[in-house]
Order: sequence, then structure tokens, then C-alpha cells
Amino acid sequence: MNVAAAFFYLFAFVLVASAFMVISSRNPVQSVLFLILAFVNAAGLFILIGAEFLALILVVVYVGAVAVLFLFVVMMLDVDFVELRQGFLQYLPVGLVVGLIFLAELVLVVGAWVTGPGVASAVASAPPSAGDVGNVQAIGRVLYTDYIYFFQAAGFVLLVAMIGAIVLTLRHKVNVKRQNISAQVARTAKTAMDVVKVRPGQGL
Amino acid sequence: MTQLLPPIGAVLPELVLAISAIVLILIGAVRGEGSANLVTGLAIAVLAAVGVLVLLQPAVEVTAFNGSLVVDAYSRFMKLLAVLGAVVSLIMAVDWQAREKQAKFEYAVLVVIATLGMCMLISAGDLIALYLGLELMSLSLYVVAAINRDSIRSTEAGLKYFVLGALSSGMLLYGASFIYGFTGSVNFLQIAAVAKEPSFGLIFGIVFLLAGLCFKVSAVPFHMWTPDVYEGAPTPVTAFFASAPKVAAMAIFVRVVIEAFPHVTHQWQQIVAFVSLASMVLGAFAAIGQRNIKRLLAYSSIGHMGFALVGLAAGTPEGVRGVLLYMSIYVVMTLGTFACVLTMRRKGQAVETIEDLSGLARRNPVMALALGALMFSLAGIPPLAGFLAKYYVFVAAIQAGLYGLAVVGVLASVVGAFYYLRVVKIMYFDEPVDDFDPMPTELKAVLAVSGLFTIFYFVYPAPLIEAAGAAARSLF
Repeated sequence: MNVAAAFFYLFAFVLVASAFMVISSRNPVQSVLFLILAFVNAAGLFILIGAEFLALILVVVYVGAVAVLFLFVVMMLDVDFVELRQGFLQYLPVGLVVGLIFLAELVLVVGAWVTGPGVASAVASAPPSAGDVGNVQAIGRVLYTDYIYFFQAAGFVLLVAMIGAIVLTLRHKVNVKRQNISAQVARTAKTAMDVVKVRPGQGL
Repeated sequence: MTQLLPPIGAVLPELVLAISAIVLILIGAVRGEGSANLVTGLAIAVLAAVGVLVLLQPAVEVTAFNGSLVVDAYSRFMKLLAVLGAVVSLIMAVDWQAREKQAKFEYAVLVVIATLGMCMLISAGDLIALYLGLELMSLSLYVVAAINRDSIRSTEAGLKYFVLGALSSGMLLYGASFIYGFTGSVNFLQIAAVAKEPSFGLIFGIVFLLAGLCFKVSAVPFHMWTPDVYEGAPTPVTAFFASAPKVAAMAIFVRVVIEAFPHVTHQWQQIVAFVSLASMVLGAFAAIGQRNIKRLLAYSSIGHMGFALVGLAAGTPEGVRGVLLYMSIYVVMTLGTFACVLTMRRKGQAVETIEDLSGLARRNPVMALALGALMFSLAGIPPLAGFLAKYYVFVAAIQAGLYGLAVVGVLASVVGAFYYLRVVKIMYFDEPVDDFDPMPTELKAVLAVSGLFTIFYFVYPAPLIEAAGAAARSLF
């Protein structure tokens, strides 16, 4: 228990500290790196409460894809961040007020929580107990059985998005020279070389 | 969970659409740019085959995937209608693509995928299936609206439709989350079992859900995108927009309120009645000043959605039967009208103003007669099909005691008759201008079938009315 508590405070402290560094550090590349640190620590917190699926998704999607994309954008675009962030921290009080309002609203929502009559009986299936299976397994059990229809339909939606992007934006450029690998491989000394007899005084 | 795999017969149309969409993409990708005609032809064959499959499904109610997909008489009726709209508008696109040199195999593939989304939407038995079906359909539609990517208006239409569509999807999801939160289920039947009496959160959810659906059927006050998208999108795409997606969106509109909220009828009835009234009135008045025939048809479709919703506002099996009949007749009339709009080209150039139809009766009397009959039918003049469609929804509204709605509806259709009759007047009494280019065979066929259906439907209306009645009863 104490070990878990120690890890909780470790992750939580590093998470808050690196989140603060994201908005206060001078160098945008460092900001993104701190963002990645914040994500990894949040993933640690998820593992502590037994939500390993969320932890994995956070690392794979946010760190692996989104944050790296950020990094590329930050490094490739020549934005003058120093000028952009002049007096950035002076918005902190406003941010704190907004945060407090959200906190108050969350407390109100959680405090006034009721379950409507008949709602409990309508719930499709109870989640399996945490000791039984891990939650990756639990999600997998329903995702590819009970919800296979939705899974396939979502796949089709993504397929349409891909076709749409290609149809609307792909342009075949006519004058671009492309590499033709099979032609290159099929080249022999016979087809590649041409012996030309040059007569004196005439040139090629 | 009773069984993992659904009975294959129940999901066969969707399965065929999904697999053939992927096969068609592969054919197109492997064979390259020149494969548009082949892929379009195959897509037409696939859609026709799916129509036959839907027709052959046994007349029993089957659910699959834990109630997410419902196959009943209602879904079969609406799927048949949506597939009809898709296949006819794809056939009408062939000649247009060839003339405009816009042959793209992706268009046919996207129409097939949109039809898949429509079938999923029509059969949806819970909110998640509803949302996924709707998004699959809408995403394909956004792309085909902008398919003519070198035209600024087409791109604008696609972008406008996409941005507003995303907004409406957001509202729909927001509403769905409220309904889930206040009933504890996404399944329509479970929601109906829990939602015995109106609560604040539930009504809030219904309002947002219906706002999202109103956008998809282009009902006032969520109609703003319709004229611009109809005008900007390539004409065969507009023909597609006006037929199949309207059917699918209307189908899920009816299903969700009837199946999920039967105990709070009074609450959604008010919303539907208002939306229907506003659509009829706006459709009638806003179309008067239009010069462009595609914009005119956009306002006309807004008005027609209002008339169809009159039947839903009644909330009875007769009312739903009225909606089904209205949608069937509307689809046939719209496709015929668009066959005429697609014919409107001079010297290879498409023309779109109503004045271009001047004196059509002297240049091409058969086409003028057919278009005239369609216009009279759209206006709702007896004994044409459009009159019978309006008759059944108004009778249902009067039986349900919605006298005000019925009276406003009749008045709106009188106002609407003005601009339909103006088209007829321009065709028959104005001085002729140059001839149109010769009409392709497939457009002739579509126009002939549509015109004959509208003129002679009153002779033998029973089969369609009975099928619609059976479909409507399967919902209650």
C-alpha cells in the first residue's frame, strides 16, 4: 500500500510539475518534451488505478503519434515562440478562475447524481469484475463479439474517409519522372549500351 | 447474447454491398483511370442485385447483432426505395460523366458505400447503429458533392455540406448521449421500456436527436444547406441527393420516434408538427423567386419533406403508411424530374435556368408532356400520383385531430402549385428557344417510367398502399 502511495505521489508530482513546465519553458521543443513526460506520468497513474488499457492507449496514441507530430511541427515551422508567448503567464489568474469554475461544476454534477427509475435494469451487461480479467481482455471480449457490427461499420467509415481524401486531393502530375524499378532491373549491358560510330568532322 | 453470428439471410443485402464496394475499389485501383465505365456498370448490377435480395427476404421480423440491425417489413420497404433511388441516379450519371469528361470510378464506389450506409440506417435498432449508418452515408455524400473538384461551386457545395453536416452530427450525438444517460440504454425497444413518462433530460435529448435528423431530411429550420448544395453539386449527384438519402433519413426519423418514444408521443409530436408546418410554408414561398431549376427543386424537396412529416406528426399506423406512400411517390417523381434536368444541355453545355425550358412543348412535345405531368403531380393535382400521396398524409392528420396542420398543408400546396404551374406555362406558352441536345436512351426510359407511373398510378393504387400499410404496421 505504501509503495503504491509513494508511486502515486511521485507520478502526480512529476505530472503537475511537467505540465507547468509545458506552459512556462522558453524553448518550444522542451515544451513538447515536457508534454511527453506529462503523458507518460499520467499513464503511470492510470496503471496504478488498474486502467492499463487507457495507459497503453495514452502512450501509444498521444506520445507515439500526437506528441511526435507536435515535435515535427514545432521543429519545422519557423514560429517566433518567444514573441508569441510574451506575457503568457499573466493569463494565469484567468486560467485559475476558469479551472475553479469547472471544479465547482464537477462537484455539483457529482453531488447531484441520481439514477432514474428503471435505468439500472436497462444496462446492457455488467462489466466483469476487475480481479477476473484485465481490462484489455474485457474490452476485447465484447468489442469483437457483441459489437462486431459497430466495429466493422466504423472500419467502413474510415475507409470512406480515406477514399474521400484521395479522390478530392490526389493529382497525378504529368511531367514528374518516376522511378520504374522493374525497368531498371531488366536493364542489361546490351540494352544499356549503344556503340555509335562517330565520323570525323560530323559529331553526334 | 444468444448467438454470435446473425442469420445470414437477414444481413445479406448489407454484406453484398460491403464486399462488392471493396471489390469495386480494387478493380478501379488496379485498372486505373480508364475503369470508370466498368466499375459503374458493375455497381449498377450490384445495386440491382441488392434490390432483388431485399425483395426476396422472407416476410418475418429478424433482428441481428443483439438488436442493432432490424429486418422487418418496414426496413424492406424503405431499403427497396433507397436502392431504387441509388440505382436510377447512378444509371442517369453514366451519360453525364461521359459528356462532361468527369468519369471517375470512385463515384460509383461511393454511391455503393452510401447505399450500404442507408441500409444500415434504415435497419438500425439502436442509437449506435443509427449514428454509424448516418455517418457512413453522410461522409460518402460529402465527398460526392465535391466530386467535381475543379469546379468552385461543387467544392463549395461539398465543403458547406460537410461543415453543416458535422454540426448536425454533433447535435445528434449530444441528444443521443442525453437519451442514453436518462434511459440507460441505446436500444430503441429498451429505451421505450424505460421512457414511460417525459423527463426533462429525455425531452432535451429528443429535441437534439430530432434536430440532427431534421438536417438530414432538410426540414426547416435545418434546411439552409439544401439550395446551395443542390445547385453546386453536379446534376446527377443532386438527383441522388434528392432521392435515396432522403428516403433513408426519413426512414430512421420515423423508426426512432415510433419505436423508441411511443410513450412520450405528445412531446415529439409537437416538434414534428412544427417542423412539418415550417417546411411546407417555406418550401411553398421560397421557391417562388427561383430562376435556377435545381434551386427550385431544392425548395420543392424541402416542402415535400414537410408534407411527408405531416403523416408522422399523426403518429398512427395510417400516418406512417402515408409517409411511406409519400416517400415512394416522391422518389419516382423526383427521379423523373431530374431526368429532364439532366437533358437540359445545349451544344454540350449544361443549362439550368427555368427560362431554358421555354417553348419545350413545340420542340419536344413528349418530354414537355412528361415533365408537365410530373409538375402537376408535384403540385398535387388530382388524379395524379402526387395528389394521392398528399391525400393519405392529410387524411391521417385529420384522423389524429391535427386539423390546423392539414389546413396549412393544403394552403401551402396551393401556393406551391404556382411555381410548378409556372414551369408548365413556360414550356407551353412561351416562345421557343434553341433545341436541347438529343436525350440519351436511359434518361428517356427513366422519364417514361416515371411519367407513366405518375399519370396512371390512380388506376391501380392498391398494391403499393397495401405494401406501405404492412410496412407501417410492422413498426407498431
